[in-house]
Amino acid sequence: MTGEIAVLGAAMHPWGKWGQSFVRYGVAAARSALADAGLAWDAVQSVVGAGSVRCGYPGYVAGSTFARAMGLNATRVTTVYAACASGSQAIAAARDQILAGDCEVALVIGAESAPKGFFAPNAGERPDDPDWVRFRLLGATNPAYFALYARRRMALYGDTVDDFAQVKVKNAAAGAQNPNARYPKAVDASEVAASAVVADPLRLLDICATSDGAAALVLTSLDFARRHGADKPVRIRAVSTRTPAYPRSDLDFPDIATDADGAGATAFRAQLAQAAYEQAGLGPDDVDTAEVYDLSTALELDWYEALGLAAEGEGAKLLRAGDTALGGRIPVNPSGGLASFGEAVPAQAIAQVCELTWQLRGQAGGRQVPGARTGITANQGLFGHGSSVVAVR
Amino acid sequence: MAPTRTPAVAGLFTEDGDPRGFRLLGTRCAACGALFFPREDDFCRDPGCTSTEFIEVALSPRGRIWSYTDCRYPPPPPYPRDQDREWEPYALLAVELKEERIVVMGQAVPGVRTEELEVGMPVELVPGVLHEDADRVLTTWHWQPERATEGTR
Ligand SMILES: [Zn+2]
Repeated sequence: MTGEIAVLGAAMHPWGKWGQSFVRYGVAAARSALADAGLAWDAVQSVVGAGSVRCGYPGYVAGSTFARAMGLNATRVTTVYAACASGSQAIAAARDQILAGDCEVALVIGAESAPKGFFAPNAGERPDDPDWVRFRLLGATNPAYFALYARRRMALYGDTVDDFAQVKVKNAAAGAQNPNARYPKAVDASEVAASAVVADPLRLLDICATSDGAAALVLTSLDFARRHGADKPVRIRAVSTRTPAYPRSDLDFPDIATDADGAGATAFRAQLAQAAYEQAGLGPDDVDTAEVYDLSTALELDWYEALGLAAEGEGAKLLRAGDTALGGRIPVNPSGGLASFGEAVPAQAIAQVCELTWQLRGQAGGRQVPGARTGITANQGLFGHGSSVVAVR
Repeated sequence: MAPTRTPAVAGLFTEDGDPRGFRLLGTRCAACGALFFPREDDFCRDPGCTSTEFIEVALSPRGRIWSYTDCRYPPPPPYPRDQDREWEPYALLAVELKEERIVVMGQAVPGVRTEELEVGMPVELVPGVLHEDADRVLTTWHWQPERATEGTR
């Protein structure tokens, strides 16, 4: 165990398609997180921004963009970009600074203003960029990869499209209780079945949208939290942000092929979780709730197995038993997940930790997991990025 | 003048008239033998190997479907397509090569529908055309399902 830090404040700007600058969302979330912590801006010693590649130069230097908007205060400033794991790498950077004694109070912010439609690569003729190659040669969008994984589950484990639809139904029911969700509304299986097929076997309602939104956390040393009067704060106990290990068994987007001899190797998603459990000194049996990256409904079932909540191939069984729904044995995505939010890339991994914070504090209202004491997040994105965070109280 | 034939991305498959026939081209690390597709010419990705020398190899042209899907909506650029023509969905396959045991994605030959496909079905590599207009033909590879004799499936 490398040490714990406290989560003193957590907040979001609601997800949606608001058509405004990501800076507005980020500052709104940051000010709310500071209010939640009972701290003023001048208590912050370090600002860590999760970068965005969709908002021009200010997005590339998100940390300083937010610091400037909040009022330049000679704080330490950091920006990290790691695709979908940007938010958790921002948390990791803040944690490292706190544990190293460089600062006691860090403000972590991720915000996005998302474009319409499929995410597409940068412009230009760039055959050395795997992201360019997959679009150029195959037209392989992210949903195409999700569909390949989904079909593979159907062939190997007997999962059905009805199982996938039930993931949406479950997550939408939780999201209906979440004021920060973009789609706070229940969905039934017939609505999923009636939505258009995007990439066989996945339909529009199986696939997460892209959204605007922001999330922020005030992270402090345990000492600072105690001095500030927080006797029993939520603590971050592990942040895993490792790369995959060679050879990779996964067909990992944006690559169009796997490594040779990768068959049988531990999948990247499971590697991420294993590292987090190891760091936290905990195992799957200790987990009360999980926030996982349901880029598609089927992918949520892969996460059950990667997190060790179900044996390989048995994710759907867990779902069918109702174990992962609110009120079940181990609720997954009590926030409503990406199904209810849509992905706001730099904010999403931070939002997962916000949800754990509220769950562990008992502040999650109608979507509260009773008595939750330990939570885990997991996420994955382009170019071998992924993360898993363990929080306890 | 006939439109010029150009690979949609250079260096990934053999050119017309190659004595090896139509094959995907990968590279093997000269030191440890690790295989890479798309080709790796700079650094061996095996963490225990520091080699920077690679030998081009033609990959086996047969495999089995690892998984499949289709693209019902037009992908964004740089996918080349005629904006004026109505979008025709195509099947997209991930195929585990018989000899190398790596999974390689590719479009199915035009006209293949996902209803006809199954995980584990044998497929064969064939030359294909990704896009064609007055000035150019962009070439690529396609996967051709080895269909069972008609009527017996
Ligand atoms: Zn090597």
